[in-house]
Amino acid sequence: MSHVHEEPHASAHESSAGAANRVKSLVAALEAASVLTERQLDEAIESFLAHAQPANGARIVARAWVDPGFRERLLADGNAAAAELGIDLAHWAPVRLRVVANGPGRHNLIVCTLCSCYPLALLGPSPTWYKSEAYRSQAVRDPRGILAEFGTHVGADVEITVWDSTAEVRYLVLPERPAGTELLSEAELEALVTRNGLIGTALV
Amino acid sequence: MRTRIANPAGHTRLPRYLSGRAGRIDAVLGTLPYPDRRAAGIVSAVETAYTVRFENADVWGPDGEPGGCICADLFESYLEPRE
Repeated sequence: MSHVHEEPHASAHESSAGAANRVKSLVAALEAASVLTERQLDEAIESFLAHAQPANGARIVARAWVDPGFRERLLADGNAAAAELGIDLAHWAPVRLRVVANGPGRHNLIVCTLCSCYPLALLGPSPTWYKSEAYRSQAVRDPRGILAEFGTHVGADVEITVWDSTAEVRYLVLPERPAGTELLSEAELEALVTRNGLIGTALV
Repeated sequence: MRTRIANPAGHTRLPRYLSGRAGRIDAVLGTLPYPDRRAAGIVSAVETAYTVRFENADVWGPDGEPGGCICADLFESYLEPRE
């Protein structure tokens, strides 16, 4: 950690190359100790990614829009509500889901200032910008400014809550259901939900 | 409560920008793996964690965005009672 601060100009690819080397060494050590094989590791990652899709987040949101009871359960206990839709969040790690709802006068934005914690199971692999130092530092210091960079403008009367994922909780934004969608089916509503809407960098 | 002023040489999940700041408990998360001690080799270390809400003004002073707040999930050891 400290060497990062001593080299503030180290580029992102240098630090990810360092991480890649550490991962390679770790995998080699695990293989040498007969704990796992590279093939088992690949299979585990493929299996995880096959189920980790932004479509999962969209399903949860669309269901919450059409079913007030589900919405209430979702806001109270994200893991249990996701399980109702067959999504097992804690399968790979002891992750807890907290869903935070946008509403009149309230907007939510998700960040991980310390690394890149992200609800992978619901959103798939995170976008590069989510992991960038620029996003991670500006999101907490100047949320309205970072939203503007995404072309997202929230009114002056809207308060922004920034959720910094510093422990085992993963956050997901429940966007407001867009006006004029009363006649849409649940599947059609799912198609409206975007990844950035679930991070809070966009409205839906 | 208030977060402790801390700059440990080892691993921590207390962001420096939230060190020494006044906040309020928003939710009790229960017992979670405690990363500071796990990183030091105590692999079963756990601690109670809380979601803590900080008003922007208490983090950034008059330069913060008015009205908004930041929530972070912090471990018991990071916190102390507010004077």
